[in-house]
Amino acid sequence: MRGPPDHKEQKHTDGDKMSDTTDTGPVLAADGTPLKRSLRRAIRAQKLRALALIAPLLIFVLVTFIAPIADMLFRSVENQIVSNTLPNTVAALDDWDGTGDDLPGQDTFEALYYDMFLAAESKRHTRLGSRLNYEESGISSMFRTSGRKVDDIGEDQIDALEDIDASWEDETFWFNMMSGADDAPKASGILADQRERLAKLNQSGFDGEVGFAPSQEIADLLPRTVRAYTAFALFTAIADEDVVAEEEPWEAVKVALVEDLHSGADLSGYDGAGAEELRAAQSGLADQPAIDYKQAFIDMNEDWGNLDNWKTIKMFAPPFTAGYFLNAVDLQKTPDGVQSRPENEQIYIMLFQRTLFMSLVIMGSCILLGYPVAYLLATLPARSANLLMILVLLPFWTSLLVRTSAWKVMLQQQGVINDTLVWLGLVNDAGRLVMINNQFGTIVAMTHILLPFMILPMYSVMSTIPQTYVRAARSLGATNWTSFWRVYFPQSVPGIGAGSILVFILSIGYYITPEIVGGTTGTFISNRIAYHISSSLNWGLAAALGSILLFAVLILYWAYDKIVGIDNVKLG
Amino acid sequence: MGNNDREPQLAQTANNDAFVAFERVQKSYDGETLVVKDLNLSMPKGEFLTMLGPSGSGKTTCLMMLAGFETATHGEIKLDGRQINNIPPHKRGIGMVFQNYALFPHMTVAENLSFPLEVRKIGKSDREGKVKRALDMVQMGDFGGRRPAQLSGGQQQRIALARALVFEPELVLMDEPLGALDKQLREHMQFEITNLAHELGITTVYVTHDQTEALTMSDRVAVFDDGRIQQLAPPDELYESPDNSFVAQFIGENNTLAGTVKEISDDICLVELDDGGLIDAKPVNVSQPGERTTISIRPERVEVDITKLGENAHTLDAEVLEFIYMGDVFRTRLRVAGRDDFIIKTRNSADQRRLKPGEKIKIGWLPRDCRALDAV
Repeated sequence: MRGPPDHKEQKHTDGDKMSDTTDTGPVLAADGTPLKRSLRRAIRAQKLRALALIAPLLIFVLVTFIAPIADMLFRSVENQIVSNTLPNTVAALDDWDGTGDDLPGQDTFEALYYDMFLAAESKRHTRLGSRLNYEESGISSMFRTSGRKVDDIGEDQIDALEDIDASWEDETFWFNMMSGADDAPKASGILADQRERLAKLNQSGFDGEVGFAPSQEIADLLPRTVRAYTAFALFTAIADEDVVAEEEPWEAVKVALVEDLHSGADLSGYDGAGAEELRAAQSGLADQPAIDYKQAFIDMNEDWGNLDNWKTIKMFAPPFTAGYFLNAVDLQKTPDGVQSRPENEQIYIMLFQRTLFMSLVIMGSCILLGYPVAYLLATLPARSANLLMILVLLPFWTSLLVRTSAWKVMLQQQGVINDTLVWLGLVNDAGRLVMINNQFGTIVAMTHILLPFMILPMYSVMSTIPQTYVRAARSLGATNWTSFWRVYFPQSVPGIGAGSILVFILSIGYYITPEIVGGTTGTFISNRIAYHISSSLNWGLAAALGSILLFAVLILYWAYDKIVGIDNVKLG
Repeated sequence: MGNNDREPQLAQTANNDAFVAFERVQKSYDGETLVVKDLNLSMPKGEFLTMLGPSGSGKTTCLMMLAGFETATHGEIKLDGRQINNIPPHKRGIGMVFQNYALFPHMTVAENLSFPLEVRKIGKSDREGKVKRALDMVQMGDFGGRRPAQLSGGQQQRIALARALVFEPELVLMDEPLGALDKQLREHMQFEITNLAHELGITTVYVTHDQTEALTMSDRVAVFDDGRIQQLAPPDELYESPDNSFVAQFIGENNTLAGTVKEISDDICLVELDDGGLIDAKPVNVSQPGERTTISIRPERVEVDITKLGENAHTLDAEVLEFIYMGDVFRTRLRVAGRDDFIIKTRNSADQRRLKPGEKIKIGWLPRDCRALDAV
């Protein structure tokens, strides 16, 4: 077999010829413009027409193939769920170095309270819980229980507030206070900020009329309260489709008010709506204890006191992560750096190896079985060749599922082959062969299914090799075998190459057949990807596994090009 | 057919010293029709023999039987006195040049040439020497490292020739090797191939459907038609004394006129043409008066100046239809005996008259130049 060096040689001589003509400088067309430019202009219309012809397919491929792949590649590193769900907490964690033995401070827990409240209202907290659970098991339940109980935090203080004045339970009162006078300047920035935050949290536009805008005066005076009320107003108007002024604010709004009043809001200059009630509340709440958010969360679920969980949250706070990819190669990101997963959780490397190995075996058996058939197809007289071709194509006319199921019938322990072997006395009834739900079954069934993809390219290459080459070799004194091996076979290699690439790439991503006949030892990486897409819903990991598979195929393709040369591949 | 009684006799006389011999060879592919019917042929060593004939005449089949790619249905094929019917092609040691050269595209020129030596288990240094000599022989010494696809048609042709000769076979077969070349290159290669064959003393069987090629290259030409050799003769004899109408028509330009034999003697006969004209001819395939015949006369042997003919020579009336100036010769189309396709060729000499269309002239010829052949 001849490798790339000869190709280089050929290209080289071509290059020499080219340089001979360009030695004299640019060639000019009749009107003095460089010939190359004239040529380009002349063929532009042709190119455009060609482009227009392929445009429908191009657009189709872009929309249905390239775009989803790009999306999948993006998903494998995307990790915005943490910062979208817990934006304040993530910001507060910036100041926490996470290397010591201390839990984050009270301000972090306060930020977590507001984030968690909003997440629980939006029912997004469980998603974040499942996401973080991939990295640290147990986090999922922590988020689930906290979401249920988060509105209990600050109960005492809210009760005290409402005891001071019943109007704190009145929705109109709240609305008027937060809106201020009709002609008062409005804090539209806060509204826009909260709208964006909710949009990110809910992964939807969150556009629409709210019927509420906080006044600038009250926003300056009670920043937390206004933020919380604005979020409440947005959620009420857009998600619940209720009227803001007719709904009593969330506990979080009241907790925010308590915090604002506690932290010494200066109400002396305020004379807008509810000024009296605010002043009464500030003095009335003065003797109430500050809300201990940290203790409250730990009381809800003691895992909040677990340092590792906080480290995990901080580690996966950035919007992009290598976590899925590490996971896909049996590694994990820990506070102490990248480490391999525990022995009993390592599965993906083994699956990748198995996929690769089995694909190679399937490819090899397709070559061995397909080559003689392709040779016959190419050399038989047309009439018998056509009949044979129909037999080769026959599997294409049968559903993939039917063919795979047929193998199940053939190979199972009570199946046709075993029954025949027992009847012939080759195996005894107790020793029936296990040929399905293992690697053997997958290899047999997939070799059968992919065989036409090997035969057809081989046939189309072989049919272009004239018989005279073999005749010439024989007239030169070569035996049948030598003329085949030295003259025919090398010329059929491009067909083997094309078929091998086709079969290998098809089998490396095969799903249905290994799923049906593979059992546990004969499944491929694709079955695992499918599991993560449809059952565990860990799309990031599925995307990472898929990306690795894609890159593995590209690398193999590149290697093939280097070793054999892709221009040695012919489909006919 | 006049040659049928001639062939077995020829085969027998040549049998003793024949290098290649076909004896009563028949070939059928389908068991119903014979592609080759009773072929008898023998060639002495060193001869350049061409099998010429229209496509489907059986010439390539004969070549393939000799090479061993087809088996004879009946009869014997002998090489150097040895029957080779059942010897596989690779053991026959016959060099062969194929129609499309069949150079192995995945090997360099040198590898192509060294292939027959390798399969003969010849040592490396020996091989290199022989390859180099063979390449030099066809003036392609610098091309050893090239791939066949990088060579022009003529160069590939030379390599194919060198490859067929490199293992020094005594017999070389060529199956229309020049068919793919342009005219000028073809003429040049014709010359080179014949020179090479004679220099090396190789016995060559050459198949072509191009009669010029056959005439210029061969020692002898076998004209094939309908699975039989119609005539086997040196080129000049073939041209000047065709045995039958097919050969006369197939080789060179030829005028034919149909008629009936009126009188016949040993070496001359009088033929009455279908329109009543009388003309002299040499009897070849006719034996008695009253027989239908086709007379055949080469365009350059037709005499316009009838004063040059003998006293009692018969002449025909002709009308000039077309005069074509071709440089060295004039080609004139006449209407003779009711046919519009009678061609004469005259040399462009200083005193040659240029005929004008419409002119009425008389034409005639020497009886030895005009052959009365079998009726078609």
